[in-house]
Amino acid sequence: MSPLLPQASNEAVEIDYLILALVLASAAILALVYGLILVYMFRYHAGSKAARGAPSRKSWRFEIAWTLATMAVFFGLFLWGADLYVRLFQAPADALQIYVVAKQWMWKAEHVGGQRELNALHIPIGRPVQLVMTSQDVIHDFSVPAFRIKRDVLPGRYQSLWFQADRPGAYKLFCTQLCGAGHATMTGEVFAMTAPAFEQWLGGARTTTVAGASMASEGEALFMRLGCSGCHGAHGEGASGAIRAPALIGLYGSRVRLTSGATAVADDRYIRDSILEPDKEIVAGFEPVMPSFAGQIDEEQLMRLDAFIKSLRNGATP
Amino acid sequence: MTDVLADQAEGSYLTDGFTLRSWLLTTDHKRIAILYLGAITAFFFIGGIAAAVMRYNLISASGRLGSADLYNRLFSMHGVVMVWFFLVPAVPATLGNFLAPLMLGARDLAFPRLNLLSWYLFMAAGFTALYALIAGGVDTGWTFYTPFSSLYSNGYVIATVTAIFIAGFSSIATGLNFIVSIHKLRAPGMTWHKMPVFLWSLYATSVIMALATPVLAMTLLLLAFERLFHVGVFDPAVGGDPLLFQHLFWFYSHPAVYIMILPGFGVISEIVPCFSSKELFGYKFVVWASIAIAVISFLVWGHHMFVAGESLYSALLFSLLSYAVAVPSAIKVFNWVGTMHKGYIRFDAPMLYAIAFIGLFTMGGLTGLFVAALAADVHLTQTYFVVAHFHYVMVGGMVSAYFAGLHFWWPKITGRMYPEMWGRAAAIIIFAGFNLTFFPQFILGYLGMPRRYASYPAEFEPLNLLSSAGALVLAIGYLLPLLYLLWSLLYGDKAPANPWSATGLEWKTPSPPPTENFPETPLVTQPPYQYPLAEAVSHE
Repeated sequence: MSPLLPQASNEAVEIDYLILALVLASAAILALVYGLILVYMFRYHAGSKAARGAPSRKSWRFEIAWTLATMAVFFGLFLWGADLYVRLFQAPADALQIYVVAKQWMWKAEHVGGQRELNALHIPIGRPVQLVMTSQDVIHDFSVPAFRIKRDVLPGRYQSLWFQADRPGAYKLFCTQLCGAGHATMTGEVFAMTAPAFEQWLGGARTTTVAGASMASEGEALFMRLGCSGCHGAHGEGASGAIRAPALIGLYGSRVRLTSGATAVADDRYIRDSILEPDKEIVAGFEPVMPSFAGQIDEEQLMRLDAFIKSLRNGATP
Repeated sequence: MTDVLADQAEGSYLTDGFTLRSWLLTTDHKRIAILYLGAITAFFFIGGIAAAVMRYNLISASGRLGSADLYNRLFSMHGVVMVWFFLVPAVPATLGNFLAPLMLGARDLAFPRLNLLSWYLFMAAGFTALYALIAGGVDTGWTFYTPFSSLYSNGYVIATVTAIFIAGFSSIATGLNFIVSIHKLRAPGMTWHKMPVFLWSLYATSVIMALATPVLAMTLLLLAFERLFHVGVFDPAVGGDPLLFQHLFWFYSHPAVYIMILPGFGVISEIVPCFSSKELFGYKFVVWASIAIAVISFLVWGHHMFVAGESLYSALLFSLLSYAVAVPSAIKVFNWVGTMHKGYIRFDAPMLYAIAFIGLFTMGGLTGLFVAALAADVHLTQTYFVVAHFHYVMVGGMVSAYFAGLHFWWPKITGRMYPEMWGRAAAIIIFAGFNLTFFPQFILGYLGMPRRYASYPAEFEPLNLLSSAGALVLAIGYLLPLLYLLWSLLYGDKAPANPWSATGLEWKTPSPPPTENFPETPLVTQPPYQYPLAEAVSHE
């Protein structure tokens, strides 16, 4: 099929096939309904002498038959759409992570290397990219039609969206959730680049960012400044002496046992909540002594702290 | 107008008192229906004018109005007025009010004073909404998503949700009145399966109204509290959940779609058999499909949130249930088409509107499958595809059905015939204008044009221009009935009791009916739709 809209991601082709199937199924049903109406209008209009014969007497066989046929077609379409959605929902573990903060009315993206951009997003092709997104105010929505992707960006939580672009180019980025007067201007461009071009862009953009620091190292500076190191250790290795706070090294992605007896996966959400609402999920063996940082740090700082803790996942300091 | 009505010689409900007081304090369901008809028509044109200005703005990519904020307020009021002050009440409050007792063979509804009260509530709500509109409007869209509506919007959110809150009580009162009337006031012999489908559909609608509307009231109350006192229900900064509002809102608003469309199904189920001179094909299936829709409609709200952040498993479940609710709708379409088979089809205006309804509703329903299919929804939702989809269902479907019903029962309501040629011409113009307006929006949506944009990238301009041109045709189509129906009040031919040779108790009393509806209570011995070509099957 020759698409009206560029198919710039892996998913785009698959979603277009699903939409094509829906178009064909709909066209067939429409043709049947309109066709029969037109035929009946023509053949059985009041003045027509068409032989009508005896009226058909039973209808339940028809009813059961077309109800079952409809259900079968619908169930098939459901399975198809659901299968694709499930795959789109779960990001591969090795995806390149990029942080996105939305606010009235702009998109702010930050790469792990510390490169920041506004209303633009540079990504490599041929590699899964995962966006970790949050909003500073109202609900926004990150939508790139050429990739056939879209996800609401909510305040107070991280939303994840992943895709793999496979064709270099510049593609329109829209906010598709009504977010106020500037809603229609909250647009931008996604630049999909070959891997070498992307590396080169990262290098070039690096020099333009503040102090050329990576997200993780900025997060570490913040970690020191906010006093986190007093309990968690200077490099997140856990405090010496009296154990007041869990070690952060190797934390990201691990399962954490809580005092409630439950376990939690230490993902982006867990880290975010532990900083803002430390009393909610207390790690087994520790006292709930950590103060909340809600209202003291903004979304971008939170994401840098998140990036710092993530960088400790292999036990190495940044 | 009074002297015109005076010549409805032999004492009809229209000649039973000519003072303003006799209208404003009436408890006659037929007069209350007329009061609603006036109010609802006014709201339809207010909402329509907002739509026309929006289509004018979208003619050029940069937006002709020059103000994004003004545009946001326009589409918000368009949505609020059209949904709560036209689509939800239109068929139940006008046609339903007028016809339910007549079709039941009753003197009036079960609670005539409650019926008048619900009109006053509706008017109070309407004036509150107009106040909000004149004071400056609201910029949240008709969906009021938090935290935009609760913390960030600078529009008249409180006034607008107050209007909807009050309208909700009107809706609940009407629903309860219909439920009790249908249970208690059926004429002797009218068993459940001898009841016309229109009454069944009113019944199903009323159940949704009575059960879902309180959830809306609660949601709007929470929203108002959040905005006034910042209680933190929806604000994540203090532990609230922005998605909670969407869950609560759609728990009402998805069933509300069926409040809007089920009465339309009822209207079409009366008209197609009449103008095919044939029994409704599969009466019981059509009836139980209405009930099935009413029940399943409560279980599908989550399909509005496939990209909003709900869990994978709830998305899968809501998608499956959304397909399930489409099945009974499909059954109805097949049965209407089946009814036309081997009929003697007449093409009077009500039938043309009904045929337009079947086509447009089918289109709207089928495109619903696109947004119910999870992965396809990810691409299509929040774009013009969705705008086109729900306008096919709501405007192409529900408004066509309303017009079909209005023309069908106009002689009964007013005692006058409308000019048939004009009626047919308007039906065809509306059908053409509608498709020209909304079909391009499916393509715009696929191409990725987001909804609620005051300005847009230049490549979307040609299709938008086409859509705006269609809106002009549609506007002419909607003005025509206003003019010729008013004309018919003065100059239309006097209507006989049963101009369409229809079955149904409402046609067995004069046009317009006397205040007491029937001189003596009718006795029902036959199933409905005993047209000459009726199938010789009993419904029992």
